[in-house]
Amino acid sequence: MDLVSRVGATTFTTPSAREIVVTRDFDAPRALVFDAWTNPEHLPHWMGPREWTMTACEIDLRPGGAFRFAWDGPGGAQMGISGLYREIVPPERLVTTEAWAGWGETLNTLVLAEDSGRTAMTCTVLFPSSEALSSALATPMRDGMSAGFDRLDARLRTMA
Amino acid sequence: MSTDPLSVTFAALADPTRRAILARLASGPATVKELSAPFEMSGPAISKHLRVLERAGLITRGREAQWRPCRLEAGPLKDVTEWAENYRRFWDESYERLDDYLRHLKQRENTHGPGE
Repeated sequence: MDLVSRVGATTFTTPSAREIVVTRDFDAPRALVFDAWTNPEHLPHWMGPREWTMTACEIDLRPGGAFRFAWDGPGGAQMGISGLYREIVPPERLVTTEAWAGWGETLNTLVLAEDSGRTAMTCTVLFPSSEALSSALATPMRDGMSAGFDRLDARLRTMA
Repeated sequence: MSTDPLSVTFAALADPTRRAILARLASGPATVKELSAPFEMSGPAISKHLRVLERAGLITRGREAQWRPCRLEAGPLKDVTEWAENYRRFWDESYERLDDYLRHLKQRENTHGPGE
């Protein structure tokens, strides 16, 4: 019922000045979703935007173990994430510290809840410092371009 | 407090009054007086917001003592919107791909049986 219609919709919210919360439901049991998140056999098949190719997927799945993901994108662009696994509780919880290339470190908590063979995913990204960064960072995402931003955005396009 | 350029921009954008000021400047340069008109705010209060925006490189101000028009500078703001859009797109598209991939995994499990 409700859950079915929610499959396929990603929400981005900012419950506090330091957090971004991403939710998404999947039509699969959580063991499968957890495996897809933590198994190097699976990750390159889905993580990353469509036109990007995962070129590195290193996973040392134990507390304190490191991971590193890298992608090649259009026009020779490159992107990378690296971090450490903090808590690994299959199939429901995964806590990592994570840094995007060129960005500060965040504490990420992935929680998977299962109901009738479907999985509700909640991913909380906590910025440990720089509250201003995260509060404002969240602003354009949460407002999704409010009225004022719409005009500004249109203007920016003409200036581009 | 972080001092990398994007963080400074984010901090400047965190305030709704400052975002409203930027929205106003999107339609052209304006003076402090013009900018303060829509707000229940004193000139000095608006000037304080303008200094934050100026430090973040989001606006520039004219040199003339009396008429110091504020102008929107697009660069830093584009970096922010681009970042937010990229972040969102990264995960939106990843999760769409994950939907497809989970369907594939479920089919494989049904064919081969679980836990082989």
